[in-house]
Amino acid sequence: MGKTLVEKIISAHADKDVSAGEIVIAKVDICITQDGTGPLAIKQLQKIGLEKASNPERTILFIDHSAPSSRKELSNDHMALREFAKKTGAILSDVGEGVCHQITAEKYINPGDIIIGADSHTCTGGALGAFATGMGSTDVAIGIALGRTWLRVPETFKIAVTGDFPKGVYAKDLMLHLIGLIGADGATYKSLEFCGPTIDKMPMHDRLTLANMAVEAGAKCGLFSSDAITKDYLEKMGRGDKWVSLEPDNNADYDRVIEIDVTKLEPMISHPHTVDNTKTIKESLGIKVHQVFIGTCTNGRLEDLRIAAQILKNKQRHPATRLIVTPASKQVFLDAVREGLIETFIEAGAAINTPGCGACVGVHQGILGDGENCLATQNRNFEGRMGNVKGNIFLSSPATAAAAAIKGEISDPRDLM
Amino acid sequence: MSLTGKSWKFGDNISTDHIAPGRLFHLRSNLPELAKHVLEDADPNFASSMSPGDIVVGGSNFGLGSSREHAPTIIKLSGVSAVLAKSFARIFFRNAINVGLPALICDTDLINQGDTLEIDLSLGIIKNITTGIDITFVPLPDVMITILNDGGLASHIAKHGDFKLSI
Repeated sequence: MGKTLVEKIISAHADKDVSAGEIVIAKVDICITQDGTGPLAIKQLQKIGLEKASNPERTILFIDHSAPSSRKELSNDHMALREFAKKTGAILSDVGEGVCHQITAEKYINPGDIIIGADSHTCTGGALGAFATGMGSTDVAIGIALGRTWLRVPETFKIAVTGDFPKGVYAKDLMLHLIGLIGADGATYKSLEFCGPTIDKMPMHDRLTLANMAVEAGAKCGLFSSDAITKDYLEKMGRGDKWVSLEPDNNADYDRVIEIDVTKLEPMISHPHTVDNTKTIKESLGIKVHQVFIGTCTNGRLEDLRIAAQILKNKQRHPATRLIVTPASKQVFLDAVREGLIETFIEAGAAINTPGCGACVGVHQGILGDGENCLATQNRNFEGRMGNVKGNIFLSSPATAAAAAIKGEISDPRDLM
Repeated sequence: MSLTGKSWKFGDNISTDHIAPGRLFHLRSNLPELAKHVLEDADPNFASSMSPGDIVVGGSNFGLGSSREHAPTIIKLSGVSAVLAKSFARIFFRNAINVGLPALICDTDLINQGDTLEIDLSLGIIKNITTGIDITFVPLPDVMITILNDGGLASHIAKHGDFKLSI
């Protein structure tokens, strides 16, 4: 029997041939934490006298969830992260640099790597053909100190995608459709392996969006082959020499095969309060929107901002709708400034925030009021996610979010294109 | 080992935001304080009304969402002896065991709010004392039993100096 992508990557890190269901101790290439999980990881290492990083140049402590800090308690947490980095030689990504998952894609992850991160959306890195998965602070702490972790090799769902995206329909719509189809726990503990003609030509920013949301179906990772598009992306990021080809064997064993033809898709909306509560744009029209949030590790990349800016160009946000734009990283921000996208957003009435997680985590920069509706390009819409259990979060693509900012209600972006 | 307590029923898809919400992000380095708010956004009365030893009983996909280990940690800190659910989101499940909180998969439809439960971890049986029904739970993988018996992953590594799992 051949091997899936995840079986190949874990085998290479466990020094033996492994198949789904096996439990192994595997070497870890990259460990990451963020300011919500890093402080606990450090405390755990201090508690057991293991305050060290076995591979400091591949250990990155991000400050992105509350950046700049919104509370003195968090400022103190940030200090602890800076101190640990200084002590161990680990890399600190400080206020203003951006969201951990965007930066790990831009700067660190190579095809075939294993990345464990104390953030559930670490799975984003699967877009680069790496096994990237979220774990808790203690798991990642031990990974930092020992350079290894224990893993159960997951079974794989093959997601075979065909067709060309119609106008106004994007990778985000595909992912919301998929999660609606299989459910928020439809792929619990599985690896999602994306393939098919649509995936073969899908640009990296869209692959990152799909991989990012694998966890919203319960999956352990969302994986892509490492191909010419991966090579191109790595070259652009200045590490083309790190590219290796990686693809699943033709006779690999899949738990389930899900086929999706994107030509039939429409813009999708996740309604409160679970990501799998998906409806088409037609079923969602006219819902009043008090806040539009464009950004995050799901859809805060340059290409996302371009799509939103194109719709918002020479238009104004609806007077009853706030528009918040948060680029995913410093690089994205800089590129967006240079392209004039930020100017377009400001002219349309947007508030621009420091690169980071922004309003998505409910800590700051866009907490909802009681009964307010937010249409966001993020990955999650749980009760309380944006800082108020009485707020309602809807999820969409950047195009649909931009359309709502103009209209003040959920609207079909295709009417504005 | 046997655990006894009263059940607190919750529905499907209890997220880490229900358990340890983002609006209390600043309390993550003050876990005893954060524990006073455990599960607050799912049941505002839970933290103030529960008694040590009580058992949280969820539906399917318990603990979905964030990787925040603070979620199972404050459930444990509040005195809860175990979490039962029809299914768990994977990061929460792993985190629960890592912090020494038993997370067991069973048919929670057989449990009502307030039932007295007795969990025998070694026999793999939950006795519903109130209804008289015995409920079996899915055995934990050996590696997780080892970690749980050592009191969590940090203690496991402290004890052995490395992973010592029967793999």
